[in-house]
Amino acid sequence: MTPLIEALLLQAGYNAALVAVGAALLGFAAGAAGTFLFLRKRALVSDAVAHATLPGVGLAFIAMVWLGGDGRNLLGLLAGSAVTAGIGLLAVEWMTRRTRLSEDAAIGAVLSVFFGLGIVILTVIQTMSSGRQAGLESFLLGSTAGMLFQDAIVIAVGGSLAVLATWVMRRPMTLVAFDAEYAAASGVNVPGIDRLMMALVMAVTVIGLKIVGLILIVAMLIIPPVTARFWTERSQSLIWYAGGIGAVSGYLGAALSASAPDLPTGPIIVLVAAGLFLLSLFLAPARGVAAAVFRHRRFQRKVHRRQGLLALARQEPIHDELTLRVLRGEGLIRADGVATETGRAQAAKIARDERRWDVAREIHQDTGLTGRYDGLTPIEDVFAPDEIAEFDSRIGGPRAIGEGL
Amino acid sequence: MGSEFVMFSLTPMLIGVLASVACALPGNFLILRRQALIGDAISHVVLPGIVVAFLLTGVVAAIPMLLGAAGAAVVAVVLIEAIKRLGRIEPGAAMGVTFTTLFAGGVLLLEQSDTSSVHLDVEHALMGNLESLVWLRATDWSSLFDPWALAGVPEELPRIAVVCAGVILLTLVFWRWLKISTFDEGFAQALGLPVGMIGMGLVITAAVAAVAAFDAVGSIIVIAMFICPPAAARMMTNGLERQVWWSVLFAVVAAVLGYVLAGYGPLWLGGDNAVSAAGMIATVSGVILALACAFGPHRARVGARAEA
Repeated sequence: MTPLIEALLLQAGYNAALVAVGAALLGFAAGAAGTFLFLRKRALVSDAVAHATLPGVGLAFIAMVWLGGDGRNLLGLLAGSAVTAGIGLLAVEWMTRRTRLSEDAAIGAVLSVFFGLGIVILTVIQTMSSGRQAGLESFLLGSTAGMLFQDAIVIAVGGSLAVLATWVMRRPMTLVAFDAEYAAASGVNVPGIDRLMMALVMAVTVIGLKIVGLILIVAMLIIPPVTARFWTERSQSLIWYAGGIGAVSGYLGAALSASAPDLPTGPIIVLVAAGLFLLSLFLAPARGVAAAVFRHRRFQRKVHRRQGLLALARQEPIHDELTLRVLRGEGLIRADGVATETGRAQAAKIARDERRWDVAREIHQDTGLTGRYDGLTPIEDVFAPDEIAEFDSRIGGPRAIGEGL
Repeated sequence: MGSEFVMFSLTPMLIGVLASVACALPGNFLILRRQALIGDAISHVVLPGIVVAFLLTGVVAAIPMLLGAAGAAVVAVVLIEAIKRLGRIEPGAAMGVTFTTLFAGGVLLLEQSDTSSVHLDVEHALMGNLESLVWLRATDWSSLFDPWALAGVPEELPRIAVVCAGVILLTLVFWRWLKISTFDEGFAQALGLPVGMIGMGLVITAAVAAVAAFDAVGSIIVIAMFICPPAAARMMTNGLERQVWWSVLFAVVAAVLGYVLAGYGPLWLGGDNAVSAAGMIATVSGVILALACAFGPHRARVGARAEA
């Protein structure tokens, strides 16, 4: 456990600290930028962008070696990857707009073809200058082992810029993500904003290549926003939640991976994010599975209580196990199924409520109000006391059970 | 085109062609149902599947790995569906969450376990090893009739041939059901067809094709072949029958041309080493798709004004 705590406190060595801080920044940028993609329901476009970076990395390497430089300059490789990622993005857009193909087919086509081309270029590099190309494959899954200080600076500065751009453009991007047509009608340049979103995603992808790798960077763009969605219904806070979840995953994942051998950084970061997602899926207050189950149970009990009391009022026998349990649990019936004093009182009350509703639906014209009858809502929640008094005048006063309804 | 071709190129080329066709056939329906990215998801989760199979059995054998990969594909489909329903998350995002997580799990397992002694790594899973599937016992074309030589064909060939035949058979048998449920699910339901089962069966068939192809040619070809030939075929015709024929044609052309370009292209250009055949096949299929998108007679949406 000690190495993990050391890593968490940035004490596990200079390099590990750099990676942890870089991963946290990257996670924040990715979560925030991915939020808009998620809201626009285009999450998987990022997959095409990520895979389309590979040929760029290879071509940039070849170009830099050709010009006599060191092929492994991170900035150069990232610039190259951004170029082909951009081309891939335009290809997706062109295919979706100009042909009958749907966006998912375009995404799949671009990601597989660009990736295939990238692999071809990597094999060319392998034969070109063996030995010096070492490390290009590391862009597939990320590799933080040999990260240089200047690489960390590139990641940190890039990540901060992406966060800043997200913050500055958050309003138009939110508007477009929610209602593109309204945005267009109010004068927002929708295609431009869409492109900006994609540019941000591209920037995050390119920055993340070194740490997480191009196959898993998609996870950093998708999982945090999806997770954050469980915790909030407001888009403005969604960005920060998603950024926060991304940052925590990045930091925790990088620290975990530094604490022991054989823990590759990229996959660990993704798995931490996935863990947070699972927790949220089950435990989130409003949208989580546990909350939904709880709500369902409560609703079920309400229905059974009401129907059980109505049966008591009509002096019908109750056979349903759950109904008997609910009524017994509240002390409305005795163990042998006979109604208690409170049970009879409650049954009379429910029966009167039901009768009032019947009358209300007969005489009241406003279906907006009478339509709220669902067999559970007490009539006092819907109608004013004077209206209820009018219904009562047609029914007569409350009667004890057994005198008929 | 003599003995050297039979020995070094015939079997990989055949495997490439069969794998491409096996993936392109279900791809046609996946594209029409807007499920194209299921292929992408499946090919990512194949990795954890084979790693788990390796950890359980301790050997790199074909059958357990195929089972593991197919199991992983089914698990992924179920997980995607569960996340979609339980979390009320849109399908694309649910898919993204699932396959990246499973893939990350696969990579982690691979790093944690001692697989250095066996040929099992991420790059192999992505790129395949089509070039290495040579037929060493062949001498020339007459070897095709020589039982001893035939016994020495790489085991991937009969496997992918069986899967390809199975996919063709299933497509033929369930043709009407597939067609009706793909184009008009409501009508199919009204006819009493098991729509849910058809959809699941299609995905499982795709998974089996992906897994068998993956074994020989890596996951890039799998995704490319699920999508590119059917998408290109969609630009060529409005009839489903003809679309399927076009897609098969495109798949075969991409596989043959890609293999030839990868093997001989660099030599023509003055290089002396072949490039990745799997990557080249995917690239050629992309070029075919691009040409179809630019010039195909039915490329625009019906009703869309012809744009200049």
